[in-house]
Amino acid sequence: MTSVDISRGFGPAPASEAISLAAPADYFALLKPRVMSLVVFTALTGMVLAPGGIHPVIGFVALLAIAVGAGASGALNMWYDADIDARMSRTRERPVPAGRVAAAEALSFGLVLSLGSTIVLGIATNWVAAGLLAFTIFFYAVIYTMWLKRRTPQNIVIGGAAGALPPVVGWAAVTGGIAIEPLVLFLIIFLWTPPHFWALALFRSDDYARAGVPMLPNVAGVAATKRQICIYSVLLAISGLLPTVMGFASIYYGIGAAVLGLGVILDARWVLRMRDDDPKMASARRLFGSSILYLFLIFALLLIDRSAQSVGLIG
Amino acid sequence: MREVPAVTENGVRLTDEQVRRRRSRSIAIALVLAGLVAIFYVITIVKLGGNVALRSF
Repeated sequence: MTSVDISRGFGPAPASEAISLAAPADYFALLKPRVMSLVVFTALTGMVLAPGGIHPVIGFVALLAIAVGAGASGALNMWYDADIDARMSRTRERPVPAGRVAAAEALSFGLVLSLGSTIVLGIATNWVAAGLLAFTIFFYAVIYTMWLKRRTPQNIVIGGAAGALPPVVGWAAVTGGIAIEPLVLFLIIFLWTPPHFWALALFRSDDYARAGVPMLPNVAGVAATKRQICIYSVLLAISGLLPTVMGFASIYYGIGAAVLGLGVILDARWVLRMRDDDPKMASARRLFGSSILYLFLIFALLLIDRSAQSVGLIG
Repeated sequence: MREVPAVTENGVRLTDEQVRRRRSRSIAIALVLAGLVAIFYVITIVKLGGNVALRSF
């Protein structure tokens, strides 16, 4: 197992290194803004679907706190994973491995934002939502990053729970509790994570092998990964239908979700038919992209569906 | 006239680039702090709402 030399961030640095060249953009990059945008979108969906209402200003502050909390967990991830990030072409330009931000700065940045976002969410909404946000940060930074990622090929399956929690946090921010509806949203993102990241792992397997991260293609092989992608894609497509089946989305959403689910299954089938030694892994790249689009469109459909219901366009 | 390079308390002479980035970090921190003040102010006003007028003196 690879370990991180935590002490390097705390010891006295030579004078030449002590003067930071970090720009505000480097700290912003620590927050993983692309992941943050998906978190904001899914949390917003959880808030919109929740019964009752929330003052728009409080809702905005809650979304901001959830986004910053997610970003904080990204900063803690980049602090801990700086050693493996430096060995992967996809991540070596991140602020810590590139040397623009010191490891200790990334750590304190992540910790301060974790604490701050949790407190702000608690004050603005309620402490159930704040507790869930704190648990999400803990799960991503400690359970996934520090414990699972370097130990098991099931890392992203279990770790996916962290990325799936934002709609639950959003729901709790409005209602002060948890219900079955946000857990369905949780399930959709939870089942979406494995095919999405295993598609990435297929065409980046050299990167992961170099870094020593036991992703499924490196441990179980390409054929087994392709089968697992197909199984999870079918489960994902089925879970996408649950909002209609359970009665909190209309049949129109259900039709849309069925079409999107069919698209993901077809893309997964192309991955299954791809040769194991395909140098370009074009089908895997395609599934990686289309799965992002799937998740975005499913949650967009849920938002549109609820908006149409609330103005009486659909029953 | 050329600006004299800044010197830290450790006697390290900063380059123009280091000074420029330090200034941009300071501005970013100031903006974040101002944003936090605004957020807490707005949360307070929204949460108090009309109840502030019900306070007994």
